[in-house]
Amino acid sequence: MKVLVPVKRVIDYNVKVRVKADGSGVDLANVKMSMNPFDEIAVEEAIRLKEAGKADEIVVVSIGVKQAQETLRTALAMGADRAILVVAADDVHTDIEPLAVAKILAKVVEEEQPGLVLAGKQAIDNDMNATGQMLSALLGWSQGTFASELDIDGDNAVVTREVDGGLQTIKVKMPAIVTVDLRLNEPRYASLPNIMKAKKKPLDEKTADDYGVDVSPRLEIISTTEPAARAAGIIVGSVDELVGKLKEAGAV
Amino acid sequence: MAVLLLAEVTDGALALDATAKAVTAAAKLGDVTVLAAGASAAAAGEEAAKIAGVAKVLVAEDASLGHRLAEPTAALIASLASDYEHIVAPATTDAKNVLPRVAALLDVMVISDVSGVVDGNTFERPIYAGNAVQTVKSNDAKKVISFRTSTFDAAGDGGSASVETISAAENPGLSEWVEDKVAASDRPELTSAGVVVSGGRGVGSEEDFKLIEGLADKLGAAVGASRAAVDSGYAPNDWQVGQTGKVVAPELYVAIGISGAIQHLAGMKDSKIIVAINKDEEAPIFQVADYGLVADLFDAVPELMEKL
Repeated sequence: MKVLVPVKRVIDYNVKVRVKADGSGVDLANVKMSMNPFDEIAVEEAIRLKEAGKADEIVVVSIGVKQAQETLRTALAMGADRAILVVAADDVHTDIEPLAVAKILAKVVEEEQPGLVLAGKQAIDNDMNATGQMLSALLGWSQGTFASELDIDGDNAVVTREVDGGLQTIKVKMPAIVTVDLRLNEPRYASLPNIMKAKKKPLDEKTADDYGVDVSPRLEIISTTEPAARAAGIIVGSVDELVGKLKEAGAV
Repeated sequence: MAVLLLAEVTDGALALDATAKAVTAAAKLGDVTVLAAGASAAAAGEEAAKIAGVAKVLVAEDASLGHRLAEPTAALIASLASDYEHIVAPATTDAKNVLPRVAALLDVMVISDVSGVVDGNTFERPIYAGNAVQTVKSNDAKKVISFRTSTFDAAGDGGSASVETISAAENPGLSEWVEDKVAASDRPELTSAGVVVSGGRGVGSEEDFKLIEGLADKLGAAVGASRAAVDSGYAPNDWQVGQTGKVVAPELYVAIGISGAIQHLAGMKDSKIIVAINKDEEAPIFQVADYGLVADLFDAVPELMEKL
């Protein structure tokens, strides 16, 4: 079985986000960028499926700016076999919307015919939590979102999902789209020899036009602002004082 | 124009708080029709009809809708879409599973986790784990939206909407439910609790998290956790408060051993009163806390339990 894993280049998880003073967006120039953490978990899961003999090829794909090829190289260094870069924007500040990404991915799926698409549940930049579900709708495939456990069993996948109030287990027909949540696995670091090897793995470069997909946004960004700050309170000296303050405020 | 609101129905029961908060947000957009879907949904539909501001309730009962599987639920909503300009739901995991699928079926973008309604096309939503707020204007004919419930007040009762029964769409038969593992708990539900007690990495272990649970039970509170605590295996993921977990806005939020990463703050900063207990006086959580106590949690929490 071939597994397709879409990965996104986003601001690094540890970098403090700065909103531009003119309200035009978040400053991404000269900022450290990395693979979306949820996508790392998806890549890791695909590699584990391959190691378990349940997958034979892992294809990673990224849609965005040319620089996303660094993200693809990271996935190749982790253990993916081959990469496809779909250039759909020139400016690093342009975010391709999940609907357009899903449309391009649907075309890639048509070409590649994977048995499974493993994706992160959301990207930590736009926090939309949509691409996997949208791709699933466009393909008419089953979906198992927010996975914390995944077990492929022939024509079906058993997916345990992180839902409000606990866990839900569902059985989905293959081919399927599975989006992954935090606790599915802990992604590996790429070793230096594997980073070197990854440079020689195939990376195809395409454009959104190659797939005939219009990536123009449906949502016009009016402004991007800092969230309202909350005023700091007081530091109390003891538990007694804390209890007193809470009683005064009617909170306990 | 009319709004279709997917009610949060779990095993036949309406999640009133989440649904009523979404009604408040949806009422800004037009007349609200609530869809109650499930294997049994009639009682949930009757209850939703009493929410003030609901004009009409549609009840769809079918075995295929029993566990809110995305494919049959999205197919049902898409089949109803022609009568509505807005299709909305509270931003629960169920809605986040279903709505993007609906949006793609309708060839429109989904707008997730909306925290403010500017007008019928323009919405505010947090991005970058709450580090920024983006205002977006939709150019789509239909808008598919999930509402972050913590920023809207629940609509009251006193409504008397008409209730109509409709049939389910054809089940594409792509998935089936196996089981739910719902943590058996007498504690209030995290997103609607009046008091939340959360623990972070500072708690140190799954065993010591019992201390957090003990304080929560003393206060009749729900238990929360930071992403760091969940990642470290101290607490289950459904307790996670933050941008990638649940967003809460209780009357009282007690953060224990939580440093206050921005992604956690995004999930609780709308709480009315925030208490922080942390031994690191530099912890960013103190910048948002109304009352901060710099202390070792293993001393302070037992003392707090004794004195409350």
